[in-house]
Amino acid sequence: MRTITLREGADLDGFRRAVRRLAAARTAPEGVLWSVGAPSLFGDDAPASEDGAPVFLPQAVGQLIETVVCHSDPERYALLYRLVWRVLNGERALLDQHADPLVHRLERLDKAVRRDIHKMHAFLRFRALSDPDGGERYVAWFEPDHHIVEAVAPFFVERFESMVWTILTPKGSLHWDRRSLMTGPPAERPDSLADDRFAEGWLRYYESTFNPARVNPTAMRAEMPRKYWANMPETAAIPALVRSAPARVQAMLEAEAAIPRRRMPEKAVAAMARQAPESLAELNRVIQRSEPLVPGATQAVLGEGPEGAAIAIVGEQPGDQEDRDGRPFVGPAGQLLTAALEEAGIDRGGVYLTNAVKHFKFVQRGKRRIHQSPTAGEVKHYRWWLMTELGFVRPRLVVALGATAALALTGRTVAVLRERGPMAFDGWNGFVTVHPSYLLRLPGEEERRRAQAEFVADLRRAAALV
Amino acid sequence: MDDALIEKLGILADAAKYDASCASSGAKPRRGGKEGLGSTTGAGICHAYTPDGRCVSLLKILLTNHCLFDCVYCINRRSSNVRRARFTVEEVVTLTLGFYKRNCIEGLFLSSGIIRSPDHTMEQMMLVARTLRRDHGFAGYIHLKTIPEASPWLIEQAGLWADRLSINLELPTDHSLKAFAPEKNGGTIKAVMGQVNERIVEAKEERRRFSPAGQSTQLIVGADDATDRSVLETSGTLYQRYGLRRVYYSAFSPIPEASSVLPVKPPPLQRENRLYQADWLLRYYGFTVEEIASGGEDGMLDLGIDPKLAWALKNRERFPVDVNSADREMLLRVPGLGARAVDKILSARRHTRLRLEDLGRLSTGLRRARPFLIAADYHPAGGLTDRLDLRQRLVTPSSQLSLF
Ligand code: SF4
Repeated sequence: MRTITLREGADLDGFRRAVRRLAAARTAPEGVLWSVGAPSLFGDDAPASEDGAPVFLPQAVGQLIETVVCHSDPERYALLYRLVWRVLNGERALLDQHADPLVHRLERLDKAVRRDIHKMHAFLRFRALSDPDGGERYVAWFEPDHHIVEAVAPFFVERFESMVWTILTPKGSLHWDRRSLMTGPPAERPDSLADDRFAEGWLRYYESTFNPARVNPTAMRAEMPRKYWANMPETAAIPALVRSAPARVQAMLEAEAAIPRRRMPEKAVAAMARQAPESLAELNRVIQRSEPLVPGATQAVLGEGPEGAAIAIVGEQPGDQEDRDGRPFVGPAGQLLTAALEEAGIDRGGVYLTNAVKHFKFVQRGKRRIHQSPTAGEVKHYRWWLMTELGFVRPRLVVALGATAALALTGRTVAVLRERGPMAFDGWNGFVTVHPSYLLRLPGEEERRRAQAEFVADLRRAAALV
Repeated sequence: MDDALIEKLGILADAAKYDASCASSGAKPRRGGKEGLGSTTGAGICHAYTPDGRCVSLLKILLTNHCLFDCVYCINRRSSNVRRARFTVEEVVTLTLGFYKRNCIEGLFLSSGIIRSPDHTMEQMMLVARTLRRDHGFAGYIHLKTIPEASPWLIEQAGLWADRLSINLELPTDHSLKAFAPEKNGGTIKAVMGQVNERIVEAKEERRRFSPAGQSTQLIVGADDATDRSVLETSGTLYQRYGLRRVYYSAFSPIPEASSVLPVKPPPLQRENRLYQADWLLRYYGFTVEEIASGGEDGMLDLGIDPKLAWALKNRERFPVDVNSADREMLLRVPGLGARAVDKILSARRHTRLRLEDLGRLSTGLRRARPFLIAADYHPAGGLTDRLDLRQRLVTPSSQLSLF
């Protein structure tokens, strides 16, 4: 008979080494006595160098072991070794046999540990202490049933990474200083963990969120057994809440239906009717307050030009320059547009200029911000604003520059080069032509000159329509 | 946190407690890191339970309980005489962060009465979410209850910051909506659900964040005369047409300051319970509304037994089911066997022929399931399912919960 003594708590390493050694010696479970808590790790005092080779186990078995070693049942190692033994001796799929008594028992231990971990995540409460140097520190006391302190640490580190905190338990302690985690020895219950005003506020919240007409303390206790109450400031309110519930309900039922105060339905209806922006300025304020629906953008770029302009020109979206200046059509494409308008005999100052999408979308490449075309979905998000905007401007003709603008105004994909010319937009007389940035991208000098001339001709045709 | 803020918290939590939603699940894993605060784990955590047995997972409050509207079932309607209060955006942010740091909550559920205008109200709520996320790096859960009458662009803004959006339908039929919530409009509510659903689907395709934990709604039962069947039909439509993640059922409960239009006596809480069970069968067990409703009488579910058992008792010819050979679908219809037990049965029976004793270790509901199944060592003699007193034998004398 071999005696193996493991360290107090969840000794996963010790168990792993023991398993390797026992498996190498082909020691059957009946030949091992497991004990916990002596100072030396191995009662059978074999040097660590005699560890056996790693044992290959199905992943699910490894996971089960990791959890079950945390259980406080003194038999846990014996049960786990019986499992390992059977798995190594022909029963690879043993864990699938949920009806097997050993598997069933281990599943229950596993469940108990998981539940304990879950309850610690849930019911642990931090109290805030202010340090002399003005910093904030959070301290909690909790009494878990099993050896789970190290198992819960990742959860609290992840959730409260930016805070300095300490968790004290009778089974060990944790301390996080925003950089590293230290584990410490078992702790005593601290005698003063003063509650602050937040704890008081939380108590009030807890009382107020309870509905006396639904009182059901049995259901509460099933989920939140009494043993946890001592750590939770809010539970102080429970006895009084339960005691007063029947009287509160009775009072509600007996109270006469309330006599309504003066009702003012007009006000509610008027508030609903009034809420849409009533002017271009108000709409623009809405747009400015809104978050970009495309990634990037430092600011919204609003439309520019007189309300009541005969022609409104709609581009795709602001570019790099526009995003910095907060004005439409000031970059290279905008300058090209200005020149073309002049050539076509149209006064830029008399035209309303805007974009289908109000924010610059880009990806950063080193120092450069590379323009990205908006997706159809993004265009659709901005459509509501564009249509409302045009509603205030009331142009006689809307000119769409390029495919994105045409998509926003028609709701469908338009093949610009093929369909350029007059086109009915949703409620507007429209005209489709290319976007000036398309001209900038053309490779050949000759080609560009021809396309530019066609663009100017388009603008002339459009102007002739109003 | 001063006395005045604690006082407001009391009023605005009290006013929010009639919303049944409390879940904090379904969010994508996320963490606030070194500068931010918090994390979401996907499953959500209940941090406490109140003496009504419901869990506290989120800080559930109203931004304000002032309201321009006059929905009769609601304690905040403008004609009610309750005490009123109103939080600032900053106050809600402070409370959320303070409670979160003490590990009291998973995040915020924010709802509101309608002040000034639906847009103004919705914008304030959106600002709370934006401030938490953008200025404080808050990575906890945020659920916003949208104001259906608000402009579409505002609801879209809200979806950029929230994990979940909800729009409460409250009443299952257009007819009772008209009677009880005169300024609200069933069409508008459903239009918003449609819009939100469309955005959620689009955002998934474009890999953007928009209400990633989906949308939910609440139906109040027992305030009007709608039957369980019509409630479930409404839910069925909502799941199918608008891709809702959850429909919550809230048994109408007496409120202080009740309107005279409302029933004086609340419906039994058991009704709510049965609706949740039916909803579950609808979503995970492949039942149709028709099948569930057929288990009860006159469109109402049987209050004495759960809807699965009720259906089984009316369809006895389909039982007993052999646990060693039946398919998953049929095993799921055995009263007492939940989805998890069924999966365990399926995996265990590949290795051995299951006996009654084995089943006892796989399922906790064996007592109820027994008459409906066959195991290797067990054939209910002469068909237990034919016994007339079966229902009675299966129902534990109902321990009616008294208030004391
Ligand atoms: S709009 Fe909302 S808060 Fe206002 S009365 Fe109706 S349900 Fe209540």
